[in-house]
Amino acid sequence: MPAYIVKRLLLALAVAVTVSLVNFSLVLLSGDIAVSIGGPTATYEQLDRIRRDLGLDQPIPLQYLRWLGGALQGNFGDSLFYRTPVADLIWQRLPVTLTLGLLAMTFTIVVAIPLGVIAALRPNSLLDRMALGIAVAGQAMPSFWFALMLIVVFSVLFPILPPSGAAGWEYFIMPTVVLGYSAMPAVMRLTRSGMLEVLNADYIRTAYAKGLGNIKVLFKHALRNAVIPVVSLAAVQFGYMLAGSIVVESIFALNGTGFLAWEAMKTADLPVVQAIMFLFSLFYILLTFLADMLNAWLDPRIRIG
Amino acid sequence: MTMRVKGLHLGSVQWGALAMAGALAFAPLTASAGKKEDTLNIGWSRVIETNDVYFNQAVREGMIVGRMIWDNLVERDPVTGEYKPLLATSYKWINETTLDMELRQGVKFHNGADFSADDVVYTLNWASNPESKVSVPIMVNWIKNVEKTGPFAVRINLKQPFPAALEYLSAAIPIYPHEYYARVGTKGMSEAPVGTGPYIASNVQPGRTITLTKNPNYLKGGPKGTPTIGKIVQRTIADEQTQVAELLSGRLDWMWNATPDTADNLRKRGNLNVIDGETMRIGFISFNANGTGGANPMQDVRVRRAVAHAIDRQGITKALIRGSARVIPSACYPTQFGCAQDGIPQYAYDPAKAKALLAEAGFPNGLDIDLYGYLDRPHTEAIMNNLQAVGIRPKLNWLTFGPMFTALQQGKAPFTHLTTGAWSINDVSITLRGSFAGGPWDIARDQKVIDLVLAADNIVDQDKRKALYKEALVRINEQVYWLPLNTYYITYAFTKDLDFTPHADEVARFYQSKWK
Repeated sequence: MPAYIVKRLLLALAVAVTVSLVNFSLVLLSGDIAVSIGGPTATYEQLDRIRRDLGLDQPIPLQYLRWLGGALQGNFGDSLFYRTPVADLIWQRLPVTLTLGLLAMTFTIVVAIPLGVIAALRPNSLLDRMALGIAVAGQAMPSFWFALMLIVVFSVLFPILPPSGAAGWEYFIMPTVVLGYSAMPAVMRLTRSGMLEVLNADYIRTAYAKGLGNIKVLFKHALRNAVIPVVSLAAVQFGYMLAGSIVVESIFALNGTGFLAWEAMKTADLPVVQAIMFLFSLFYILLTFLADMLNAWLDPRIRIG
Repeated sequence: MTMRVKGLHLGSVQWGALAMAGALAFAPLTASAGKKEDTLNIGWSRVIETNDVYFNQAVREGMIVGRMIWDNLVERDPVTGEYKPLLATSYKWINETTLDMELRQGVKFHNGADFSADDVVYTLNWASNPESKVSVPIMVNWIKNVEKTGPFAVRINLKQPFPAALEYLSAAIPIYPHEYYARVGTKGMSEAPVGTGPYIASNVQPGRTITLTKNPNYLKGGPKGTPTIGKIVQRTIADEQTQVAELLSGRLDWMWNATPDTADNLRKRGNLNVIDGETMRIGFISFNANGTGGANPMQDVRVRRAVAHAIDRQGITKALIRGSARVIPSACYPTQFGCAQDGIPQYAYDPAKAKALLAEAGFPNGLDIDLYGYLDRPHTEAIMNNLQAVGIRPKLNWLTFGPMFTALQQGKAPFTHLTTGAWSINDVSITLRGSFAGGPWDIARDQKVIDLVLAADNIVDQDKRKALYKEALVRINEQVYWLPLNTYYITYAFTKDLDFTPHADEVARFYQSKWK
């Protein structure tokens, strides 16, 4: 197991360095930042001063190392748009995005896994078809459309939920459902196929033969094995939910980091874009690493093989 | 994000509008909660980057909030255009470069500090110092320095004659409390703004919401009037359809920038006022006539004129922009001082003439060329259709503001579809100084225009100024450095409980609004 951990850690580190390099280079291609900051009334002298102040006149490798050095200490520089430290901006907005991500992930797991298990118990039955139907609908429906439909129904036609804002728990209900529903189909279908495969395995028959009850066989023996690929998927989905909540945050005016990223892209706020991309990449890498560890713990074949 | 349904090509906005249109038909009439609670709930999509007006990149929403929190020395009456004393009680030009002002006594800042000449001297000297790096230096760089001539009297010394001084002083030059700003700096001022204005910022959550409470001690009888609404809560709601839902559910009392389709749907409702207000924003095409960044076909005035003849400005404005938008003859907003309307060369919609000009310029088979744009895509695409009809095959480079301006400045863009709101300054100097006076944004670099603009900027005689600006505008159109297109308008939607009047400078004056 230790060798396995070290191997995965080194791989994660290599990915993180590559991501930081790509991230830094990509954003450099987005135009002259000094011109964006100076705006249409800036003089040549002002533009030169901005380039000097931001170190944009230095060689690119040096700019990268300076940026990476700062980032590792939590210093991502100042936002060009807000003129405040990037770290402060992200820190202020992270709670909303984390809350939404965690709620949506919980919603996905709580609904999708039981649905997958139920569907697998009676394959091709009406129940299975209904569960699949729910999943397919979730996959087919664009989240902005679903979000607006929820708003239309629950805020306009039957005004029981607030359409936007983040002033209380009730504000998170619709965003959670929208974000969670988009991730549900994959989790549900993977659980179903995993369960179908496992339920036909010999050891399950043995478990039943030993006289174990349905619940014990399903949840202690079958689900533990069926859920292994779901763990990896859930980790990836969670990363997606955090980084990909831009649409949901915009529609429900939650104004977390997803919305901040969107605004930063629109205003060419280079330090904010770089910092958010970097942080979410790290988060993604961390989640994948944790999922690998969890999988290795659940399935000895992974850590030994 | 787009979806295709039975030949219809709908974007997310249209899908959202479609859903909301359906909802509008069935939605119950929910009364606004605002009037009952004496709280005006307003929403808009753009984020104000900082509440420190001097570092705001002229986003209108920042100006709106700024005018509520702070006062300027003078106020331009949006209806008559007259400059009325605000924090000043009177002003007098001593000579062409010296402006004396008497200041109002007994005014207090929101933190209890007394307003005096020290605040004016500090604010204007600080803002006009290049080291302060304010966002729009052109707004203050005409000030040489400001002296205190008494506890409530100041003298503003100008670098050279600048007749538009009062217009600039009335626009985006608010007076800050000197001790407070020196202590907290721009970050502190943005997070906890302190001014003398009609509203006090009581809760600021950057990028999300600002709560403004009526200033009970606001000066009486001033040109901004006396605020009547107790509380104003602003929220940033990025999505237009969400704003509509908030409006329909009575949680929002006012929104703006409704798209034409949304506005049409909202008009069908009985409980909302939906009105169009013309703005100072104009659309135009800028040409790289100077060949900065490498040779391009737009260096030939015949090609530029071909573009001008190819575009059906009237048709596009009527069909696409609708509302009160109109075609403009010159490169400025008609009410701006010096924005000549008559005697400017015009280019009628004439595709045959456009083709002939192209052939004469050596492009009988048309040409392939890059077109840049950043804001008004449906309009840009309509222009592209017109151009294709005469053989100009544009390849669209759709960028965000920053990269678009980089391309423009570095001469990568042969021609660009742009807009400008002139920072709500009702004087043509703001536009011409920025784009035709030889600075980084002047891609025409025509010495004749540069001389005319610089001369006009520094002449006090208003008739001579007008004549010089007109000469510059004539040359700009004659050479087609810019092709003026149209004005824009904004659609406001608000509860019928609210008495609200829009103005062309796009500054919503909530301190003059009241409940009906």
